[in-house]
Amino acid sequence: MEKHTIIITVANRIGVLARIAGLLSSRGFNIDSIIGAPTENPDIYKIHLVVGGTEQRIEQVTKQLNKLIDTVKIVDISHKKNYIVREFILIKVKAQKNRSEILELINVFKAKVVDMTRTHITIDISGPTLKIERFIDLLRPYGIKEFVRSGKIAVSED
Amino acid sequence: MTGAEILIDALKKEGVDIMFGYPGGVVIPIFDVLYRDKEINLILTRHEQGAAHAADGYARASGKVGVCLVTSGPGATNTITGIATAKLDSIPIVVISGQVRTNIIGTDAFQETDMAGLTRSICKHNYLVQKTQELPQIIKEAFYIARSGRPGPVSLDLPLDVVTAKLKNYSYPKKVNLPGYNPTIKGNPRQIKKLAQAIKDAKKPLIMSGGGIISSGTSDELLKLLEMTNIPIVITLMGLGSIPTDHRLFLGMPGMHGRVAANYALTECDLLIAIGTRFDDRVTGDLKTFGKNAKIAHIDIDPAEIGKNVETDIPVVGDIQNVLNDLLGMIKPRIPNEWNRTTAGWKEKYKLGYKQQKTGEILPQYVVDRISHLAEQNAIIVTDVGQHQMWAALYCNHKKPRSFLSSGGLGTMGFGLPAAMGASMAYPDRMIINISGDGSIQMNIQELATCAINEIPVKIAVLNNTYLGMVRQWQELFWDRNYSKTCLKQTLHCPHDCKGPGKDCSQVYRPDFVKVAEANGIIGLRAAKPSEVDSVIKEGFRTKGPVLMEFMVRRVESVYPMVPGGKPINEMIIG
Ligand SMILES: Cc1cc2nc3c(=O)[nH]c(=O)nc-3n(C[C@H](O)[C@H](O)[C@H](O)COP(=O)(O)OP(=O)(O)OC[C@H]3O[C@@H](n4cnc5c(N)ncnc54)[C@H](O)[C@@H]3O)c2cc1C
Ligand SMILES: Cc1ncc(C[n+]2csc(CCOP(=O)(O)OP(=O)(O)O)c2C)c(N)n1
Repeated sequence: MEKHTIIITVANRIGVLARIAGLLSSRGFNIDSIIGAPTENPDIYKIHLVVGGTEQRIEQVTKQLNKLIDTVKIVDISHKKNYIVREFILIKVKAQKNRSEILELINVFKAKVVDMTRTHITIDISGPTLKIERFIDLLRPYGIKEFVRSGKIAVSED
Repeated sequence: MTGAEILIDALKKEGVDIMFGYPGGVVIPIFDVLYRDKEINLILTRHEQGAAHAADGYARASGKVGVCLVTSGPGATNTITGIATAKLDSIPIVVISGQVRTNIIGTDAFQETDMAGLTRSICKHNYLVQKTQELPQIIKEAFYIARSGRPGPVSLDLPLDVVTAKLKNYSYPKKVNLPGYNPTIKGNPRQIKKLAQAIKDAKKPLIMSGGGIISSGTSDELLKLLEMTNIPIVITLMGLGSIPTDHRLFLGMPGMHGRVAANYALTECDLLIAIGTRFDDRVTGDLKTFGKNAKIAHIDIDPAEIGKNVETDIPVVGDIQNVLNDLLGMIKPRIPNEWNRTTAGWKEKYKLGYKQQKTGEILPQYVVDRISHLAEQNAIIVTDVGQHQMWAALYCNHKKPRSFLSSGGLGTMGFGLPAAMGASMAYPDRMIINISGDGSIQMNIQELATCAINEIPVKIAVLNNTYLGMVRQWQELFWDRNYSKTCLKQTLHCPHDCKGPGKDCSQVYRPDFVKVAEANGIIGLRAAKPSEVDSVIKEGFRTKGPVLMEFMVRRVESVYPMVPGGKPINEMIIG
């Protein structure tokens, strides 16, 4: 079951996020991540969605989402190359002994330290999903206390 | 003008002159405007479910948008079944409900329910109006959305303060502003060309049409296509009446209770042209074997229907009207061939039939057959849900579109009587017949009073088999005749494990429908013997005003043909 990243452009109307989420759950989809936020145009709102499903089921639900009156445009960018995809993440990692190693990793990955205590470092990193996952992976041995991910967002290349 | 006055004015601008409804606290301001108004006639039903189905029946019969108006909370929730019924059958209705004041929404206020949340998955679109200024634009959009593209129900939730507040410069908008909503109307010429070529190449072509022909009003185009191509046709429950039942190319309704010829043709054809039909599982049976020999072309206005249940070789998204006109311009006459003879042979060989004896039990098929024969030419048949619905579909002589109204997708028992009232309000001069079952009729029987008081001349035929017959049939065939809670005669004194009526069953049926009719001020008639059937129908049809006719039919008759759920549709129990 492949994950699909879908960008939905909708009219900025009351309840629109609930409509999208409601349709997905009524059609039996589990949402991996969903982000909704206003855009440069106050009438338009953009939703970034990650869901898993077979190609055929995703196509069907995309059509259903497109049918919603408030949906202006919908693109499944999973197989599209011309999109810049980013994810943002905050990570709290144990850092008493191996501080310098961790700081080095942060440096290599162009991440940022946003907070530091005697026991922990909190890091902020953004980038393509693959980079983020690799970063998390490398931090794991030190002991990750907590992380939060934003889910994916994307823009098309011109 | 107040929001309420704006609403009523806007409804008139949308051409509404009849609506159905029920009052309550937060909608008093709207009812107050109606009190002074002379142009809109609001029929007070006895239950909000009745109001929603009546609006639906009005829409099905007339093709116009049906409207109902109810109060918040329980009034609004009572319409839910009606909205879902309209959604599944793509029927344009606008359901207007009251709501508590905007500043107390979300506080569990008295009679507050989240109507927008409740209806989200069962309507085409919904609105919770926030400000009176938005009201004109939203009403405009609601009607436009309900009737355009693939039609459907729209819910409009109006908080009390929105309808009482005043707006200085009201004008009803001429245009909608819906950037995300542009139903595809023109079919892709390349695909239509492909379809024309496929018709030319096919040896065993078949058309399957459905509800889309009715909603797009394209019976004439369909008939033209048939005349030109001589392609045999099957028509789903929702499409019945698109062409006359006695058309030479018509093989019958397909599906679970479809005719043998129709299901054989679907299984054998090499080109299936589906027009305005959504491959419901009652029609396709086992999807693995459905149309397995065929190239499939699908014409539908809703892109989401294409490829949803069956894989499509030639997808044509567009309005049937345009697509058929384009197609008609591209094809040449086709001469009937071997396939025409084969399909006609099936139709001849597997005729529908029943054997009514002169005495003894009345067969339900016979009642339906007689009703259809004795009805006026342009009568509208409205059914409930169950065996009687299937017999009505199979045995009535369907002549015209919008003259067979039935809850197909949701299968809502209790739809019939209120929907028949709605149809009657659309066509006061036509004969409206509600064919119902003794179970279904009780689900909205309170509307008998509405018919009596408003002199709505619905002819109600109750086929009383004393069972929830359709469910009983499944129990008979697949559950070892364990008639669990399907006998409406079962009393405290009956054996718990009754396997069906013996000669010694002496229980009395409740209620006495003739008395119920009479208590409501409606004439009640009963036929208990075959010889009484014609006279009851004739008297019922002759009598002015609403009539309830009860037919005591054979208790354990079953509907055949039947395809057991999930089986290939050519594996039928013929009965
Ligand atoms: C007890 C019971 C048993 C049943 N058994 C059977 C059975 O044996 N056989 C049977 O056929 N049905 C049966 N039904 C009904 C079944 O459940 C479905 O309701 C029915 O088959 C749906 O028909 P449809 O797809 O043709 O029409 P609809 O559900 O009305 O769908 C219409 C289609 O047309 C499209 N459309 C609408 N307007 C346009 C336009 N302007 N241009 C292009 N496309 C348009 C819509 O997008 C939609 O896809 C049964 C129902 C019950 C309750
Ligand atoms: C509101 C509702 N509840 C339950 C059902 C399930 N159901 C389908 S047919 C049927 C029996 C209908 O009985 P009746 O109206 O007497 O008609 P008959 O089948 O006997 O002709 C039932 C219970 C339904 N379709 N609708």
